[in-house]
Amino acid sequence: MSKTASNTPPEHFDIVLQPQTSFFKLNLAEVWRYRDLMWLFVRRDFVAQYKQTILGPVWHVIQPLLTTLMFLFLFGKVANIPTDGIEPVLFYMSGITIWNYFSACLTNTSNTFISNAAIFGKVYFPRLVIPLSVVISNIVRFGIQFGLLLVFMIVYAFKGVPIHFNLYWLCIPILVFVMAGIGLGLGIIISSLTTKYRDLSFLLTFAVQLGMYITPVAYPLSYLEKTKYKWLIDINPLTSITEAFRFCLFGKGTIEMQGVLYSLVFMVLVIGVGTLVFNRVEKNFMDTV
Amino acid sequence: MSDIVIKVEGLSKQYRLGQIGTGSLAHDINRLWYKLRGKEDPYLKVGEENDRTKKAESDYVWALRDVNFDIKQGEVVGIIGRNGAGKSSLLKILSRTTSPTTGQVKLKGRIASLLEVGTGFHPELSGRENIFLNGAILGMTKSEIKSKFDEIVAFSGVERYIDTPVKRYSSGMYVRLAFAVAAHLQSEILIVDEVLAVGDAEFQKKCLGKMKDVSTQQGRTVLFVSHNMGAVRGLCTMGILMQHGKVEQQGPVNNVIAKYLINPSAVFNNILKDPNDSIVIESVAFKNSAGESTQNYKIGDDLILEINYFAKDRFEQPYFWIGVESQFGSLFGANMLIDGKRPAEVNGKGTIACRFKNLPLMPQTYSVWIGARASDGRTGLTKAKEVGFFNIVSNIQDLSAAESDHAEILANDSTPVIINYEWQMPDGKTIPVNLFN
Repeated sequence: MSKTASNTPPEHFDIVLQPQTSFFKLNLAEVWRYRDLMWLFVRRDFVAQYKQTILGPVWHVIQPLLTTLMFLFLFGKVANIPTDGIEPVLFYMSGITIWNYFSACLTNTSNTFISNAAIFGKVYFPRLVIPLSVVISNIVRFGIQFGLLLVFMIVYAFKGVPIHFNLYWLCIPILVFVMAGIGLGLGIIISSLTTKYRDLSFLLTFAVQLGMYITPVAYPLSYLEKTKYKWLIDINPLTSITEAFRFCLFGKGTIEMQGVLYSLVFMVLVIGVGTLVFNRVEKNFMDTV
Repeated sequence: MSDIVIKVEGLSKQYRLGQIGTGSLAHDINRLWYKLRGKEDPYLKVGEENDRTKKAESDYVWALRDVNFDIKQGEVVGIIGRNGAGKSSLLKILSRTTSPTTGQVKLKGRIASLLEVGTGFHPELSGRENIFLNGAILGMTKSEIKSKFDEIVAFSGVERYIDTPVKRYSSGMYVRLAFAVAAHLQSEILIVDEVLAVGDAEFQKKCLGKMKDVSTQQGRTVLFVSHNMGAVRGLCTMGILMQHGKVEQQGPVNNVIAKYLINPSAVFNNILKDPNDSIVIESVAFKNSAGESTQNYKIGDDLILEINYFAKDRFEQPYFWIGVESQFGSLFGANMLIDGKRPAEVNGKGTIACRFKNLPLMPQTYSVWIGARASDGRTGLTKAKEVGFFNIVSNIQDLSAAESDHAEILANDSTPVIINYEWQMPDGKTIPVNLFN
């Protein structure tokens, strides 16, 4: 412990801890350095979730199956909503698969700060690692459900519903990526705000439910073509993704280039705002949580 | 080029008292209003110094106020102070879990903290998986952990259970594994906070040894926060005494500890009252044979400990025990479980005292622990707790023929117990030594 003389040249320090730094100071290189941690979190999420359950990962399959059955009954048999000429089981299942991925990304990233408060309070690592690992571990779940969908498509192929295998299938990863991006972006914005105002987490459950009804998950976009609620569906950036996802798989429905582009821009925007807000909150949230 | 690795400059941290939520929106809006007009944050001006005992008059409190210090590479620095003096806030900022309100900290190299062990341990995962997870959380890469894996497992001593989920571990095993991971971190600066409270004596010794190695052999810097003055003294070379959010003193560890212990206020009174205890220890007085309260004694003095307790219930024939520890570990004590003497009953307020006669101790600092058990000898009525310290302040040179300063320095670090002995010299002369008489 010595006093440095005032004439020594400025020294190099690796880390400088200061009050709020610039709004735009993002440290993505640091996130990259912690990539091993990210993978370990993905693994932990996956391994730990189904410990001490009998069916284990089978739950990934059961859940969409039951939802499909429910939709089949409610929207198909009771409400009699058409499915654009797509086999109803495949129609509902495809909608549920992509929607589940979005809602999982959104709800699981939205509680980043609160559910990890204990660990964040003790040790530093780039906080962004957590929501990123959530999005990745949900991709695994999406993969399983997508596999289930393919199995059903093959089963139906034997029943005389041909599989439209074409170049559009190459778009699917992009659509999934945009879906993940919107979920992540909205999720981290909400997680940043809930550190101070917990009310938002109650609103979110409700919003996700509502969101599904203004997204063409259980009905085709064409079904609402002439109603006065069409605008509500149109401004929803998830609409075009869901429709395009179905179009790629079945070759039926509507795909609009500007719609997908709109979703892409929306994604870039929420991710941008999200990381900035997140970055700002992560420094001091331990004092308010 | 100096070798300063931690440079703390004008560091302050402000906290809001009371309930967050009510009124915070109004404060936020007010803050924004000031900011928009280009004025300074109005709430930074208010705030009081950090003193638990005074009732707060404003909603904001300064946990740290204008803290400055430098730490050089390879130093082991003990940070001491009362509860609420700002130690934890300082460590939180250093370990980057929160950021300062004003001022800055500059660090060289990676910093890893051991604020509370087992951070990020997932109960469902095995010990092996948790080593990797915990290591990665603390900033190691997968390959770094792999290369240290065998060493970590060997150090923790839980080889047999390495593939068992950690939820089946005993708390001791849990801590061993967690400390093992942290102790093998590749960081240049290590922060350790009160982790040694758990784990058995053998493991505690191992941890202290490891921390000493880390600093002396690998040249890494260690910040150690503890209430155990024996451990601080044994481990650290430098000390920082915090009080009311400020640095009260810094320098060689012995001077800093001495300053802390001279502090006349009843340092421990508020820590003692553990509401979970069946017999609550309200205060402990350290007195000399003249009945004066003091923490400083001479070699051969009597030490009287007066324990003022409050028994929440009526307990028949409870066992009390008192233990005295030096920097090297447990030394001696008075234990009713061994001597068989015990009070007929305790009920409500009361005092129990113990007089240790003719302390045969070297001039060092000793800590006192107490506890109580029910008449079955097993059920804890008062959890074991450290209740205070006392110093032996005799000048060793006054008692011996030694002339050099070495005697004084060695006495600080030597085995603490003094007994009388005889030297048999080469010329056949027998010389009795009675340092203690």
